[in-house]
Amino acid sequence: MASDQVTLLDLWASPFGMRVRLALAEKGVKYEYSEQDLVNKGALLLQMNPVHKKIPVLVHNGKPVCESLIIVQYIDEVWKDKAPFLPSDPYQRAQSRFWADFVDKKIYDFGRKIWTEKGEDQEAAKKGFIDSLKLLEGELGDKPYFGGETIGYVDIALVPFYTWFYAYETIGNFSIEAECPKLIGYCMRCLKKETVSKSLEDPKKVYDFVVMLRKKFGIE
Amino acid sequence: MADEVTLLDFWLSPFGMRVKIALAEKEVKYEYSEQNLMNRKSDLLLKMNPVYKKIPVLVHHGKPVCESLIILQYIDAVWKGKAPLLPSDPYERAQSMFWADFIDRKVHDISKKLWTTKGEELEAAKKDFFECLELLERELGEKPYFGGEALGYVDIALLPFSCGFYTYETIGDFSIEARFPKIRAWVDRCLKKESVAKSLAEPEKVHEFILETRKGLGFD
Repeated sequence: MASDQVTLLDLWASPFGMRVRLALAEKGVKYEYSEQDLVNKGALLLQMNPVHKKIPVLVHNGKPVCESLIIVQYIDEVWKDKAPFLPSDPYQRAQSRFWADFVDKKIYDFGRKIWTEKGEDQEAAKKGFIDSLKLLEGELGDKPYFGGETIGYVDIALVPFYTWFYAYETIGNFSIEAECPKLIGYCMRCLKKETVSKSLEDPKKVYDFVVMLRKKFGIE
Repeated sequence: MADEVTLLDFWLSPFGMRVKIALAEKEVKYEYSEQNLMNRKSDLLLKMNPVYKKIPVLVHHGKPVCESLIILQYIDAVWKGKAPLLPSDPYERAQSMFWADFIDRKVHDISKKLWTTKGEELEAAKKDFFECLELLERELGEKPYFGGEALGYVDIALLPFSCGFYTYETIGDFSIEARFPKIRAWVDRCLKKESVAKSLAEPEKVHEFILETRKGLGFD
């Protein structure tokens, strides 16, 4: 709709922000991208997300939607004529929501601990991370995407974390491909799609960003 | 419709109570299966929720749905002829999901600290709890329910935590009615509904259980 005004408040390296960029790209929605400073938070961010003061925030015709998975569902409902993310069957929809929530609970938390912890805590995080990826591999099965023949809600929730894998592997000193070749194959398949490759950031740039964060937080 | 619906639950779980309220609002007949989480987890629970091994689990025609908010959305989609839980407008729906997610992220963990900590930690937990209730009271505004004129998704997400209010007030030495009269009035208004009254655990039983658990943890 030509009259729609869509702005995305985001941080380039955020996998949560990348989810929204990918969702908007899949729907072919034009939007203004607004990079946010999370150290000195701007007035717009504080106004649009006063509760959590976090990105991403989708501002649609002046009204904010917060929390990446909620934003992705909102995008799916508003721009419903193209590329549906969620299945129409309620049970299948519940399963998609379950696995996207699993990505939030497990992949993000374990991944974060890989670059913020050391020693035994880091080893535990690596194990939890790989175990979680293996469960996702099981859920993917022989399908090209979690959404079936096309990219869907779970794919959008998961694939942005691929951009952080290189950072996890380098800092954690392990190979995700060695443990989960099927999942890496899946990520490569997704990256062949233009909507994905243009929404995801370069893993080497993300690694440099994580190194900078570790220095800043005093983690070696 | 002879639907086969079973709820795997534990009487004390606020997450299970959410599902009970939703099923009651929709007038769905179901079999309640108490899972004793103090003992070994049942084979049924392990089969129906192999990923997390937690309750609640809704089993519909033999197929499991896990995670309380995902279950609520499923119930709303399947039994859609009565008592809609979520608004139909995508933006309003996103707002309802935001507040239910806020309740999940904040209220559960913080309220647990109200009875598992003491001294400075307890004072910090009280401060966080008051901030949560302040935000929620503001969101409620002058509406009778978070859902507007009728009980909705956010009401159902929050109500079960009211079973612990008496306990938090007694241990923390504060009054929710004095500080947050709108929230107290909202709880009392909801308790007048049969779907809520028969789904929530009795505060006295919750209090007894928590006191026993505290003794075990070395309090008092």
